[in-house]
Amino acid sequence: MTTIDASSAGEFEHPDTIANQAYGFWLYIMSDLVLFGTVFSTYVVLSHNYAGGPTGKDLFHLPYTFGETMFLLFSSASYGLSMLAMQRNRKDQVLMWLFVTFLLGLGFISMEINEFYHMILEGNGPERSGFLSAFFTLVGTHGTHVTFGLLWMVVMMVQAAVKGLTPPVQSKLIRLSIFWHFLDIVWVGVFTIVYLMGVM
Amino acid sequence: MNQTPIERAGAGRPSFKAYVTGFLLAIVLTVISFALVMKGGGLPYWAVLYGIFGAAVLQILVHLHYFLHLDASSAARWNMLALLITLFIMLEFIGLTLWLMFDLHYRMM
Repeated sequence: MTTIDASSAGEFEHPDTIANQAYGFWLYIMSDLVLFGTVFSTYVVLSHNYAGGPTGKDLFHLPYTFGETMFLLFSSASYGLSMLAMQRNRKDQVLMWLFVTFLLGLGFISMEINEFYHMILEGNGPERSGFLSAFFTLVGTHGTHVTFGLLWMVVMMVQAAVKGLTPPVQSKLIRLSIFWHFLDIVWVGVFTIVYLMGVM
Repeated sequence: MNQTPIERAGAGRPSFKAYVTGFLLAIVLTVISFALVMKGGGLPYWAVLYGIFGAAVLQILVHLHYFLHLDASSAARWNMLALLITLFIMLEFIGLTLWLMFDLHYRMM
């Protein structure tokens, strides 16, 4: 146990370690942005290929989308409060705000799964038209990211609770914050291009 | 070396004020976007379209600045540079994809 502590502390003795890890993660986020860019452009190309099926006007309910948006925005803000608590070295508050963020994120993904479930149940699954294939690919890719973010958040809550706010734990919490805020940015594109333009 | 890990991670010190400002601006911009489409029935199509795209771009900038602490400071320079290069690449392939595919669509009609 002592040797493990010594070696992990040694890695974090360098003052730039956390900054370098955050920058490396930022570069991953940039590649993820390229991935979302390709899926967005595919969606825009196919967005009017209804194949006689339903259009965005028939399928989207904007107050529902507004609710999802609020869940994600509030979760982004509460993750910020968790970061502020980390600066003050308050483990209890970090855990509390992480848990609030987790619940809000769970609210978002539950609403999305509910929306997908009802669409597929009514025969409007991804196989219905090019528009719906592209819709499920784009919104589903974002939802998958959110799901993995939630899994990561559970892991970090356990790590912070068990290990405390050690430098490695803080470094991972910073990277998760970049991931989480980034997903909210992608969602701004999703609700504008898919939902708002879909009913216009 | 009394910087916190977050400061060393390449962005300015996050503050409560910054998160609240960003959060309120994001809510206002989201409400503007949804209201333009849901209540802006009398407005011409292009006005609503430019409105929601303007609000989306502003909101993305708000998120980048207030939540991801991206600014022109030296600490965030490399993050900014990587983002600008990525946006340039995206502009190319999204722009060219749409140009090519819509041109093809037009010629096939």
